[in-house]
Amino acid sequence: MIVEPTRLSVRDLIAEALAGILQRPGRSLLTCLGTVLGVGAFVAVLGLTATASGQIGSRFDALAATEVTVEDAGVQDPSLASTPFPDDAESRLARVHGVVGGGVWWPVPGAGVRAAPVGAAAAGQPIPVLAVTPGLFTAVTPRMTAGRTFDAYHQQAGARVAVLGAGIARQLGIGSLAARPAVFIGDVPYSVIGIVDAVERMPALLVSVIIPAGSAPAIGAEPGEERPRMLIATEAGAARQVAAEVPLALRPDAPDMLTAVAPPDPRALRDQVDGDLGVLLLMLAGVCLVIGAVGIANTTLVAVLERVGEIGLRRSVGARGVHIAAQFLAESAALGTLGGLFGCSLGVVTVVATAGVRGWTPIAEPLAIALAPLIGLATGVLAGAYPAYRAARIEPVEALRR
Amino acid sequence: MTGPVIRFTGVGRTYPGPPPVPALHPCDLVIEHGEMVTVAGPSGSGKSTFLNVAGLLDRPTEGRYELDGVDTGPLPDRDRTALRGRRIGFVFQSFHLLANRSAEENVALAMLYHRVPAAVRRDRARDALSRVGLDHRRTALPRTMSGGERQRVAIARALVTRPSLLLCDEPTGALDTATAETVLETLSGLHAEGLTIVVITHDPVVAARGSRTIRIVDGVVS
Repeated sequence: MIVEPTRLSVRDLIAEALAGILQRPGRSLLTCLGTVLGVGAFVAVLGLTATASGQIGSRFDALAATEVTVEDAGVQDPSLASTPFPDDAESRLARVHGVVGGGVWWPVPGAGVRAAPVGAAAAGQPIPVLAVTPGLFTAVTPRMTAGRTFDAYHQQAGARVAVLGAGIARQLGIGSLAARPAVFIGDVPYSVIGIVDAVERMPALLVSVIIPAGSAPAIGAEPGEERPRMLIATEAGAARQVAAEVPLALRPDAPDMLTAVAPPDPRALRDQVDGDLGVLLLMLAGVCLVIGAVGIANTTLVAVLERVGEIGLRRSVGARGVHIAAQFLAESAALGTLGGLFGCSLGVVTVVATAGVRGWTPIAEPLAIALAPLIGLATGVLAGAYPAYRAARIEPVEALRR
Repeated sequence: MTGPVIRFTGVGRTYPGPPPVPALHPCDLVIEHGEMVTVAGPSGSGKSTFLNVAGLLDRPTEGRYELDGVDTGPLPDRDRTALRGRRIGFVFQSFHLLANRSAEENVALAMLYHRVPAAVRRDRARDALSRVGLDHRRTALPRTMSGGERQRVAIARALVTRPSLLLCDEPTGALDTATAETVLETLSGLHAEGLTIVVITHDPVVAARGSRTIRIVDGVVS
């Protein structure tokens, strides 16, 4: 070695690239605008999709996703009982893992209801009567304004007790239980033991007279056209599993007689949303990124031509072609990274703002946010490659002539 | 260091044609340490070609060029670049200062590729600026400086690497007579300190400042 070769340390390279960017702030901002938009769109799309599907998810998780309905499959077999649900349906159900509670119910057909001691039948709409097994109350978590619900004892004894929905209680003029009110279903008196004014599921209860299913046969309140059903509340995430097991648990002899309806799988729904929205918008973000890259490439190429004198000078003080290339590449890479960071922030702001306006919970996609600056960096490096190559190829004699 | 700074043995440069243009006819030339040589000639005479060859910016097409006793002919580009960066300081007619850097940063730039820590670069840049009498303009940007000041910054940048040779291409070409005089005085002062200086000029007044003058006419050195 006759003379020690020249070199450019990484630290100096970064310092030179940053100086190059900071000394033309306006141009640098415009240059990375494309990347800002592209990366911003990328982060916003992923964030918004996550937010929207999270929203769908939370709605389903809340109630619908924990609800299973079991229906009469409509198999008519004269040799079997009139209802497909066995008498011990509730105790069988309780042994299925993941069940919170549940009960059988059916509307009692053609029952006339009037209040005692007021006497006259209430005018207007006929009042629906629902025969239910007490487990149903566990499933709907009722809020009582007065009294209590009936329980397994009333069910077994066929006790003539009734729980009124708050709407019906008002209609019948029953405000408190202090006077031990009763209602007549047909001609049979039922003692009112509770008034319910809110339920989490099955709002029909609020406008009905609810009697124990066990008392129904005695008054001829067998299921009519509308078949009995079972409503089951499950633990979160157990609905599909429960739906699959319940028919067999209830009727091991003839599981076909029952159909369990589970809610749609929220995950499948979420995936669908992701798929539909995401692909389209991600393509848009991709287009933005390409435009951003072309923007950086173009501006960097112009900058190379503008800075030919500087290139010549650097060559004259010992810079090799590779040093020049590294400098321009570092500048465009830094611009790309800056664009990625700005874009990422912009995307997050967009997601939060949108969620705020819609009253949603904003959900950030952590991977997208971690990747955003890297995507910017890659864009910058790709876009800067050709201009850097061109800059390195400029001969010093050529460069200094201008 | 023994031997001359520059030794040309039959060095010539012909630009490939068609037709081939002999910009610099083969010539022999020796420039010793501590000389201040002016290279004079009308424009288009081959002065620039001489500068490019002597400054290792261009390769001669024939002959042997030794810089500081090193035969530059067989050197790969990497070593030529290193030799250029370490042994030659350039001063250009158009200054070639970076517009957005202060005088001190412009001077320090000459050592960017030389494995010199940043703090040392700053100190040396400060020293070089005081050698050309610009202590008070260290933080000034080029656009706030006069032409003479800018050229003195460029001279400081050229000598901060302690080169064997200061190669000046029309250093006063962009300056008025009075300013040119301050620049020439600066160069003379550096020569008096022992620096080897080659000044390329078309101006006979400037050419007369050298301890020796080489004339180039139509590519022929005399």
